[in-house]
Amino acid sequence: MKKKKTKSKGVLPKIKGIANDIYKKILKKKQPELVSPLRSLTNVKYDPKDGYFELLGKKKKRTLTAGTVKTFAQTLKMMVLSKELVEQDDIATKREAYYVSKNWKEARFNTQQESDTVIDDVESMMIVNREQLGFIPEEKGGEVAGKLIVIDQDPDTKRKLKIDCTKFGSGAYSIPISVEHLKFETNAKFILAIETAGMFQRLVKHKYWKKANCILVSMGGVPTRACRRFIRRLSETKKIPVYAFTDGDPYGYFNIYRTLKVGSGNAAHINEYFCVPKAKFIGITPKDIEDYKLPTHPLKEIDIKRAKDALKNDPFVQHHKEWQKAIKKQVASKVRAEQQALAKHGLNFVISDYLPKKLKNPKSWLP
Amino acid sequence: MAKRKKKTRKKKTKQKTAKPAARKSKPIAIELAKKQREISVAEFFEKNRHLLGFDNKKKALLTTIKEAVDNALDACEDAGVLPEISVEIINMSPKPEIKKETDNGQTTLTEEVKKPATQISNGDRFRVIVEDNGPGIVKKQIPNIFAKLLYGSKFHTLKQSRGQQGIGISAAALYGQLTTGRPVRIVSRISPKHPAHYYELKINTKTNEPQIVKENEIKWDKEHGTKIELDLEGTYQKAGQSVDNYLKQTAIVNPHVTLIYTNPIAEQSVFSRVTELLPKEPKAIKPHPYGVELGRLIKILRDTRAHSLSGFLQTEFSRVGSGTAKQICENAALLPTLKPKTLSREQAEKLYEGIQKTRLISPPTDCISPIGAELLEKSLKKELKAEFYCAVSRPPAVYRGNPFQIEVACAYGGEQPAEGTITLLRFANRVPLLYQQGACAITKSVVGTKWSPYGLNQSKRSLPTGPCTMVVHIASVWVPFTSESKEAIAHYPEIIKEIKLALQECGRKLSSYIHKKKKIIAEGKKRDYITTYIPYVSSALRELLKLKAADKEKIEKLLKKILEKKRGVLKDIKVDVSEFEEEFALEKEEDEEKED
Repeated sequence: MKKKKTKSKGVLPKIKGIANDIYKKILKKKQPELVSPLRSLTNVKYDPKDGYFELLGKKKKRTLTAGTVKTFAQTLKMMVLSKELVEQDDIATKREAYYVSKNWKEARFNTQQESDTVIDDVESMMIVNREQLGFIPEEKGGEVAGKLIVIDQDPDTKRKLKIDCTKFGSGAYSIPISVEHLKFETNAKFILAIETAGMFQRLVKHKYWKKANCILVSMGGVPTRACRRFIRRLSETKKIPVYAFTDGDPYGYFNIYRTLKVGSGNAAHINEYFCVPKAKFIGITPKDIEDYKLPTHPLKEIDIKRAKDALKNDPFVQHHKEWQKAIKKQVASKVRAEQQALAKHGLNFVISDYLPKKLKNPKSWLP
Repeated sequence: MAKRKKKTRKKKTKQKTAKPAARKSKPIAIELAKKQREISVAEFFEKNRHLLGFDNKKKALLTTIKEAVDNALDACEDAGVLPEISVEIINMSPKPEIKKETDNGQTTLTEEVKKPATQISNGDRFRVIVEDNGPGIVKKQIPNIFAKLLYGSKFHTLKQSRGQQGIGISAAALYGQLTTGRPVRIVSRISPKHPAHYYELKINTKTNEPQIVKENEIKWDKEHGTKIELDLEGTYQKAGQSVDNYLKQTAIVNPHVTLIYTNPIAEQSVFSRVTELLPKEPKAIKPHPYGVELGRLIKILRDTRAHSLSGFLQTEFSRVGSGTAKQICENAALLPTLKPKTLSREQAEKLYEGIQKTRLISPPTDCISPIGAELLEKSLKKELKAEFYCAVSRPPAVYRGNPFQIEVACAYGGEQPAEGTITLLRFANRVPLLYQQGACAITKSVVGTKWSPYGLNQSKRSLPTGPCTMVVHIASVWVPFTSESKEAIAHYPEIIKEIKLALQECGRKLSSYIHKKKKIIAEGKKRDYITTYIPYVSSALRELLKLKAADKEKIEKLLKKILEKKRGVLKDIKVDVSEFEEEFALEKEEDEEKED
């Protein structure tokens, strides 16, 4: 919590610094510029020692011209909004920020997508996390069930609140948008991060967490920043391993697992904090599809494109031969399988056979 | 008695089926032969009126006008007279039914009792009167021309003309006769020295012979010319594939014609000529050997007066001299001295193959009379208010031995709607083609041309979109139509290629204009951008840096300077519409191709 506050204070000088640079350039009768790191896979490197995508030096320069003057104005307006939020210790969701822009007349955003992009630009321009700018996402952070007590505080009284994640019955604990202030108590052996809510439900229903002494986290697709940060903090402070359980397709491998483990190209400037470098993959591999004779679907065109993109552009995949082998195998087989496909061998096959076997045999994992 | 006969016959056939050999004694064909007889063209038309463009009432009215006007124009031009044609349509129904117009009470017949709509549409009777200042028709020929199908002068010559078969006007007369029972009325006079003749004519549908109901000499104040008057069932509408649009389009491609048109709601429009020059008179040519099919070749062989094969080739065809004739005979392995009339079918086929093997000079192309790019553009300017006009006239080309020439013009921008596809106006030998746009080689060529490089949007396999009217005209000694109703041009690759080349040439001219215009619009937009968004930049900077109002103004001034330094002086393009005449403005064809 302390850490966050000091950082937030650091945001204001940064905003002022950028504004001042622009002002000076204008006074010198030169075209002002906005500079931010290029946010794409082509501008990240992967060093397994650090374990996450790090920014390379490529920069994106937006020079003020007739064509860019609108976005330029919008970016500055967004910085004004951020400054107000930080000064007043308030927050705005990305959608709220979009609605605030409706007061900007001609400079307003027409879709939230436009305003989200500008927020992302401001974020990366200053190399901070958007929460530090006062902007929070709409998205849910993910759900947790199992052997874990989360220590939070009451927003009004600031009194400690102990939340026991074993006591949600068939429901689950919801990860908040900001997790920096949370503390944990647990003796679980591992964290299982699950792609689909459906699989999570099944494991909760049959109290798999009790059987295996673990913590279950439902990512619900690509894990949000809060979800990644929650798993990271939990695993680091309590020194417990993280296993990811996804579908056997390129989306599960690269969009979900890779983002969880090393972050994304788009948010490379903050990956350092928002990833789980120690995570291991115990989801459905192309080999599992064969070994378990799972029912399959043909790979869609987008799947093949994703796989080829990963082989060609993703520094993480380029580093791990095992992943290259696996993905090549999948492209050759032309099929994919979902987590739920395990139900072919009985609804609880995943609990009785698949997970125990996987966990026992690290050779069947992927890095 | 007849009944009994039939019965016995039946019995017999029943018995005979058991013994097929016995059948030979009285073949069924003899029975069938009793029913077989010649079908007159007129009878054929009676049953197949759609083939000639009389599918429905709306089209029937248009086709009738079209045939009468085409004939009048052809006649005037043949005689070297500047055409002045009057067209009048009178509503003869008890209560006029003229779509929307009747509701406004613009007609003179409004006091008539209102009847239910269905009844009205059953009784849409119109009188069509078309009068020209042409050479007139000699007395003897009047009945044949107007009351005998397939009678005319144009079918046997290869010459650029509007009519082809001599079927149109008599078909219109027959249609009128079938729907109203009334004869067609003709007045014609060939010179001031001759009297004017009045005829009332019907067609005997069995024999395809004219039947004279009434004939006499009358007084007529015209020195020469022809007037046709006929009653028919039809439907009148103003927009779309209408008589109004047909005549307007006719005026575009016939700059030398004056048209006076009175529509059923008594509105008169005058389309006056823009040039006093008659188009160059098209010459009749002999067929080119490449354009003759075997059947026709055999017919010409039989009819020729030539005594030798070599002479036959030289006299009956264009582009064949003695040397070429010799070569054809060699290639066909036939003696040049053979008598044409004695050639067997097999020999004719050899001759046909010999022709294909021989290299021949293309037919003469001076037989075509194009409108000319300049005149076409001029008359388009009269009809359409646009910003940019251009016209292209291709050199003549040849398909299957028939010379033809393509002309394309286009009018862009102005008050034409920016949404929706362009307006495509198709013409063949100066006649507008209003129906079957989809089946026409012109449409195929326009669709098959890539327009996006020229600045018009276009989705796959469709006409481009944009505020544009495109005129495509084909002139030929023989325009290959897909059907007798002459609505669409057949898909000859040579023709499509020429149309595309003309379109591309036109497109290049168009694109330089469009791109220039787009650039100017984009530039203007960017300048607007600068003035619109600079205040936001300055106000944001002011808030972020806690600047004073004066600083804000300074920022705005400086930013404007910085940004506009990068952009040159704003140019503008001028629009010249001085030649436009409001009265002639074309209506956008809204219900184009509704029934196709």
